[in-house]
Amino acid sequence: MAGRLKVFLGMAAGVGKTYRMLQEGQAEAESGRDVAIGWLESHGRRETAAQAVGLEVVPRLRVEHRGTQLEEMDLRAILRRAPELCLIDELAHTNAPGSLHPKRFEDVAAVLAAGIDVSTTVNVQHLESLNDQVAELTATRVRETVPDEVLAGADELVLIDLTPEALIERLRAGKVYPAARVESALNNFFKIEHLSALREVALRQVAEEVEAKRVVSGPGPPRRRDEERVLASAAPAAIGERLLALVEPTPASQRVVRRAWRSAQRLGTELDLLWVQPPGSLDAGVAEQLDALRRLAVVLGAHLLIEPSDDLVGTVRRIAHERGTTYVLIGEPSRRGALQRLLRPSLPSRLLEALPGIDVRIVADRTRRAAVPASAAPGASPFSPRERR
Amino acid sequence: MVADVLVTVVPLVLVAAATWVARGRRMRRALPPPGPGRVLFPFRGRELSVPALESALRLARADDATLVPVYLAEVPLHLSLDCALPRQSAVALALLDAVEQRARRFEVPVDARIEKGRDARHALRQMLRHERYDRIVLAAETAAGGDGFTPAETAWLLANAPGEIVVLRPARDADVATLTASDAA
Repeated sequence: MAGRLKVFLGMAAGVGKTYRMLQEGQAEAESGRDVAIGWLESHGRRETAAQAVGLEVVPRLRVEHRGTQLEEMDLRAILRRAPELCLIDELAHTNAPGSLHPKRFEDVAAVLAAGIDVSTTVNVQHLESLNDQVAELTATRVRETVPDEVLAGADELVLIDLTPEALIERLRAGKVYPAARVESALNNFFKIEHLSALREVALRQVAEEVEAKRVVSGPGPPRRRDEERVLASAAPAAIGERLLALVEPTPASQRVVRRAWRSAQRLGTELDLLWVQPPGSLDAGVAEQLDALRRLAVVLGAHLLIEPSDDLVGTVRRIAHERGTTYVLIGEPSRRGALQRLLRPSLPSRLLEALPGIDVRIVADRTRRAAVPASAAPGASPFSPRERR
Repeated sequence: MVADVLVTVVPLVLVAAATWVARGRRMRRALPPPGPGRVLFPFRGRELSVPALESALRLARADDATLVPVYLAEVPLHLSLDCALPRQSAVALALLDAVEQRARRFEVPVDARIEKGRDARHALRQMLRHERYDRIVLAAETAAGGDGFTPAETAWLLANAPGEIVVLRPARDADVATLTASDAA
């Protein structure tokens, strides 16, 4: 069975990722697990080095490259030693030419494949998908990147958070870099605005990872262990509200979208829009409306899901389960004849039956509300009292 | 005996059927189907001119067309064009609700849109790219300013949008009635 991967993610060097990794390694060792350090980069920080005392370190491999002696992590030695938990610092590192793998994250994958748990560290700017964004924010591009799948595949993701002010304080106190590098770091990467932006990116990234893990739980691929799937499938109920609005590419659906979006805003939650697309090709009119719906979803920050199926209720049930939906909003069902009503329950009834524990709300057309006499309710008329002249 | 029952039941059935038919007609009237033509009505900001909206509605009704109110959202340069705009969306949706309510009075179908751009002209260009239309109705800004379109924006639209464009400017600033986002609340 593959080992478990735990990633300590930070916004920048010096936030304490390695320290925390070592701290947890020590705790694991104290609790009786076999822990070894596969690679440690203390950057000369005394506090960090002190945390490693007592943990076994797998000797480094010496590699010669163009007449220069380089030190690399010894993957073969780690696999031979086969600890229960291996601490491997700097996941984004590029190995010296001639190593078994070009990148350290590939070494980590080999260690995991051998059934060894791994704890590792990485900064948010090393994530492939964020590389451009971080380069724009900080005017500094990092060359060593890690594919996002590595992070997505992690069993645990721990954000090491520190306020930018606290990190700069640590930098000034010489706890991050040697004194000679402090001034240059302060003038370049370690600016408060850069760090604030990076912190936001890191927080977002972790939130998205947590969200993605929650969303893929249940019927997802058997990547995660059974007990975690059980936990994850129970999680949506505890986490909060999530709205799912059933839409069609028609102008009438806009009312549902508007009302659903407002409800989502009030609840401070996410909104999914679902169109269960009946089989058959799209005509030009539907394609045009669908395009408009897509643009509206982007502006609103909603997620438009298109699921081809002829089983509306079954599809809604599946999507609601996958996305942890707590509310389903639908437009007013079309009017049906008495015979139809007798033969088949209405859509709201079928949804209520198919979605136990989920609120089903019918979005009415409020412009059809019976008018209240002006004398009885001054100001109730939708326009005239508030029209400013 | 049977005749008595029939005398009682038949009128009841007839009244029920008539009510049903009348209700169906009311429903149909309340939900006009989309018309073949399309009248675009772009606007922006936090309020829109009622005279301009009503003119657009009258034109749409006369043409048996759908009114397409288009809220133009401006995306600041520090944000991606693809980002969500919750604050502007809140204003836009409230105004679009207000437009829909007023359109209902005119029995004109509505197909609302939100278009994004770096500025109003960019959003107008996006609108022209995405929407079919037969006519565009827009409110020019008043002498006191407001959220209407500037002479430069109006001139740009006249030069770049094929088809009929109706530019409306209120006769006197004092008479400008506006709908605000709170009108739909």
